Amino acid sequence: MKNTIRVHQFHGGIHPPENKKQSTGAPISLAPLPSRIILPLQQHIGLPADPIVKVGDRVLKGQRVAEAIGRISANIHASISGTVVDIGPHPVPHVSGMDADCLVIESDGQDEWIEHQGLPDYTQLAKPELIEYIRQAGVAGMGGAGFPTDVKLHLGDDHIVNTLIINAAECEPYITADDMLMRERADEILGGIEIIAHLLKPLHIMVGIEDNKPQAIRALHDALDKSHLNLDIVITPTKYPSGGEKQLIKLLTGVEVPSGKIPADVGIVCQNVGTTTAVYRAVILGEPLISRIMTVTGESANHKQNYEVRIGTPIADLLNHSGVDRAQMQRLIIGGPMMGITVTNEQIPVIKTTNCLIAASIHEMPPQPPAQACIRCGMCEQVCPAELLPQQLYWFAKGKEFDKARHHNLFDCIECGACSYVCPSNIPLVQYYRFAKAEIRKEDDEQRKADHARLRFEARLARLERDKIEKEERRKQRAIEAAAAQAAKKDAAFNKAASPATNNPTDAGVPDLKQLKSNAAIARTKLRKAEKALANAQDKGLDGIETLQATLKQLQLKSELAEKAYTEAQQAPAKSAAAPETDLKQLKSNAAIARTKLKKAEKQLAAAEAGGEGDIDALKAQVVALQAKSADAEKAYQAADSGTVSPVAIDTSALEAEIATLQGKVDKAENAWKAAVESGSPAAEKMAAGVEKLKEKLTGLQAELTQARSAVQPAATVDTSALDTEIATLQGKVDKAENAWKAAVESGSPAAEKMAAGVEKLKEKLTGLQAELTQARSAVQPAATVDTSALDAEITTLQGKVDKAENAWKAAVESGSPAADKMAAGVEKLKEKLKGLQAELTQAKGHLETNAEGKAEEAPAIDLKALKQQVSIMRTKLKKAEKQLAELPEGEDNASLMAEIEALRARHDAAKASFDAAEADKIAAAASEGIDLKQLKIDAALARAAVTKAERALSKAEQESKQSLETELLSIRAKADKLNATLERFSD
Amino acid sequence: MSAVLVAVLVLLGLGLVFGILLGYSSIRFKVEGNPLVDQVDALLPQTQCGQCGHPGCRPYAEAIVNGEAINKCPPGGQSTVEALADLLDVEALPLDAEDAEEPIKKVAYIREDECIGCTKCIQACPVDAILGAAKQMHTVIVSECTGCDLCVEPCPVDCIDMLPLEPSLNNWQWPAPKPGIELIATDRQPGIALEVKG
Ligand code: SF4
Ligand code: SF4
Ligand code: SF4
Ligand code: SF4
Repeated sequence: MKNTIRVHQFHGGIHPPENKKQSTGAPISLAPLPSRIILPLQQHIGLPADPIVKVGDRVLKGQRVAEAIGRISANIHASISGTVVDIGPHPVPHVSGMDADCLVIESDGQDEWIEHQGLPDYTQLAKPELIEYIRQAGVAGMGGAGFPTDVKLHLGDDHIVNTLIINAAECEPYITADDMLMRERADEILGGIEIIAHLLKPLHIMVGIEDNKPQAIRALHDALDKSHLNLDIVITPTKYPSGGEKQLIKLLTGVEVPSGKIPADVGIVCQNVGTTTAVYRAVILGEPLISRIMTVTGESANHKQNYEVRIGTPIADLLNHSGVDRAQMQRLIIGGPMMGITVTNEQIPVIKTTNCLIAASIHEMPPQPPAQACIRCGMCEQVCPAELLPQQLYWFAKGKEFDKARHHNLFDCIECGACSYVCPSNIPLVQYYRFAKAEIRKEDDEQRKADHARLRFEARLARLERDKIEKEERRKQRAIEAAAAQAAKKDAAFNKAASPATNNPTDAGVPDLKQLKSNAAIARTKLRKAEKALANAQDKGLDGIETLQATLKQLQLKSELAEKAYTEAQQAPAKSAAAPETDLKQLKSNAAIARTKLKKAEKQLAAAEAGGEGDIDALKAQVVALQAKSADAEKAYQAADSGTVSPVAIDTSALEAEIATLQGKVDKAENAWKAAVESGSPAAEKMAAGVEKLKEKLTGLQAELTQARSAVQPAATVDTSALDTEIATLQGKVDKAENAWKAAVESGSPAAEKMAAGVEKLKEKLTGLQAELTQARSAVQPAATVDTSALDAEITTLQGKVDKAENAWKAAVESGSPAADKMAAGVEKLKEKLKGLQAELTQAKGHLETNAEGKAEEAPAIDLKALKQQVSIMRTKLKKAEKQLAELPEGEDNASLMAEIEALRARHDAAKASFDAAEADKIAAAASEGIDLKQLKIDAALARAAVTKAERALSKAEQESKQSLETELLSIRAKADKLNATLERFSD
Repeated sequence: MSAVLVAVLVLLGLGLVFGILLGYSSIRFKVEGNPLVDQVDALLPQTQCGQCGHPGCRPYAEAIVNGEAINKCPPGGQSTVEALADLLDVEALPLDAEDAEEPIKKVAYIREDECIGCTKCIQACPVDAILGAAKQMHTVIVSECTGCDLCVEPCPVDCIDMLPLEPSLNNWQWPAPKPGIELIATDRQPGIALEVKG
């Protein structure tokens, strides 16, 4: 056989003993069916495949078990039929000897193929589809590193491929897998080449084969005669490493692939012969890559020959099958003796790139003699096929001068081992290069990571900076707004002070207007949201509509209140207020302390009751005692308060707020009651009673309001809008109650009758209210306003407590707790107290009234500070409670906490309202009297005067001192003159 | 006399021309920032850990350019010190750290079921490598973590560990050869191999 093509030369190369004849004696035989296979998820370059079967799944031979991820990756198929028994780390053929993720399949012995079918005519298929077909079959390079074949087949897309080279050199000693393949399956190879050529459309196809495989060459030629394929079989001289990709290209074409480039950059694509059969089988037969030809050889093997081995077969099976004498076996090598790896674990599986297994005896591969110093003989340089300077690289690697190694083209080294082979000093050169390469790669990687980290760090800094600026801007904006508000306030106050003639009370409301307006707006928005939610809920027929409705109503009230407050502030006359000056504060704090104690005791009691612990009686006694004390303290305070209070303006807004809160409560209670009735709870009746009581209280309060309004003789125009709202709300309630009743009647509920009664009562109340309204309207007369806000606050607090107690009671009833009855009693007591307080309030108001005319002139300062404190305490409490609620793990019962928060919020709002009112009043009062400003003005004037005086004094002083100096000077001069004269006289 | 004058004038003219040229180019081709700082910064490991006493690598780079010692970056190790010494042409000092060995790369792991979602670690992380939100479980994006340690201290429940990266096939690398190591290419001793062949 003669070459029609001139063979070129590559630099260097060696001629190690071939040791190939041992394994070419017998034809390829099928390795026995393994009892289990281990499929590493990464058998190729690129990303590992992703398993698509689970442990326990039955898989068939040829079934895809792991899927390629990303472009450079390959599918993996089961090579036997059986069951997946494990997916996890297993030893794999890797120099590190480490484990990697594998799929383990236990054979069922049936070796059952999955249904498969080749393409009848692949030329009909579009190229990308055909390539995808090959990709699906998991074909990866079977010669070297296992590069996914489909990626190489795509090279035709963006490169001009002139030459396709089929690598059949098989230059490494011992290995004969490709040789035997060519001898026995030359037509499959040509079929595969045809497919690849169809895809790449090269101008020229060459098969490079070493001249030590004459039988394979003949077989190829024979097959070629039958084929219409136009290719050149190029016979190259035997020399290691002519199978290296770049070396073979140089041999066959004379073209040198530049450093850092791939062959496709010079128009060449290489494929291994093994890969061509895999392509053939995939396309023509439809078989994925599940087996390969592999040489088992080495002195300690009994049958040295080639097997067709399923991918995943443990090498122990192969060693056993070929009768390897373990005692004689010194080293076990996967791959060839030059570039392969030594393995120790026989459970390592065969993978797609495993072409040889050498069970070497000690005689065959003796231990490495110790390395000696490099003598600079230059032999390594002479054999290096990559034309490098191995000894130089060695020095750099050893001295860790990796940069220099890199500049000496370390990365062109193909790790062929030729230099190590010839080195007389036995220096493990290749290992130095591998180490140096790894270090450089690591450094690069770290640099990349560092750059990445720097970018992220800088991005973070930029983000923080941006946030800061934004925050600052927002702060500034707020400050500007606040300043504007402040200025408006001051302006208003000043205007008042400056023009006492126009001391119009309407101006008093100006400062707070903005706040009130925004409050009203917020309340409105909330209301709208709630309405929307409700509508939504109703649409979808969700649960919880009732609670939503209740919330809505509350919000409505709030919104209305806020709006009212706003309008009031806009229109209503200023209410001058007053507050006692004696040690009211002391009394108040006493009362507060007593209250806190009481609360604590109550809490304890509740806890004890809930827990069913003993000592409840003692606790109760304590609570009662405390209650008495608290009541005493409060009474004392109130007495002092009402006693010392001077004529002041009545603030009915607090009462109104009370009523609103109560109304909210009534609603809630009614809802709860309804829910109870619906669910047929035994507590329903008790609840009904509670609701009734609440309603009574409400009526009482409302009556009080009317009384207060009508009782105050010298009154500012009373705003009856509160009453109006109430009436409207009540009407709404009546409607709702009627609806509920109707529904109950329709559903034949036993609670219907009770409901009817409730509706009746509500209606009555409504009528009553309407009457009140008329009364109030007619009774309103100009009046001084009384400040009962302290009492009001008390009532609010108590009310909050009542709320809490009621909620606790309800919860208890719902959970069927035995403590419920006792609680009910407690609630009753509290309510009584509340009533008492309310009565007191009325009394106080009446008292005020009598005093009203007497000391109308005095306008003492309101205890603003205390009020403010109260507000902030409330806020803190509220916040704390909310936090508690937030921190409460989900699923736990947070109803009681919520109730508490509600109560706190109500209290906070009330306190805030009273504070706001007081503050507004104070400002108004102060403004009307012009105290502060006048004083200030006077002060300023005084100061200015003082400055002028001082200035004058200063200038005077200056003048004076000057004058005195001058006089002194003059006198001195005179004296001097005199003296001079005398002197002259005497000198004459 | 006139020759001297001409010479002086020519020199003056030349001086003027080049002065203008230089002045122009110094404006036209102005280099933003300090290039040396950039070079030094590029050598620092960008762990942003602050162990050098500066709030990040770049501030330390600036300090180095202003004359600070180059051996204060423990994450960089001795190799960084040497690289810096190389760049700045100064003496390579031994690393100023308790254990002057090459640092082991570590990354933070959050024991996720213990995390209370306080977001403190997010605020501490210089490279935004922690993912989470208030009251949600947090986790470290391992590929972004520089191993700076800064998130460990602020965690109120101590649920962050600094663990060395698990060795895997992906980060395994060839060790430096040790004397007496066995190589595969043993048939370099032709005598024996030939014997086998024969
Ligand atoms: S062959 Fe070995 S001893 Fe000779 S120069 Fe190369 S490394 Fe040194
Ligand atoms: S191992 Fe590298 S340096 Fe040595 S001969 Fe082969 S290509 Fe050249
Ligand atoms: S010590 Fe930390 S912050 Fe300082 S340079 Fe080194 S990595 Fe950067
Ligand atoms: S600091 Fe700790 S507890 Fe807080 S979010 Fe981070 S890991 Fe979770």
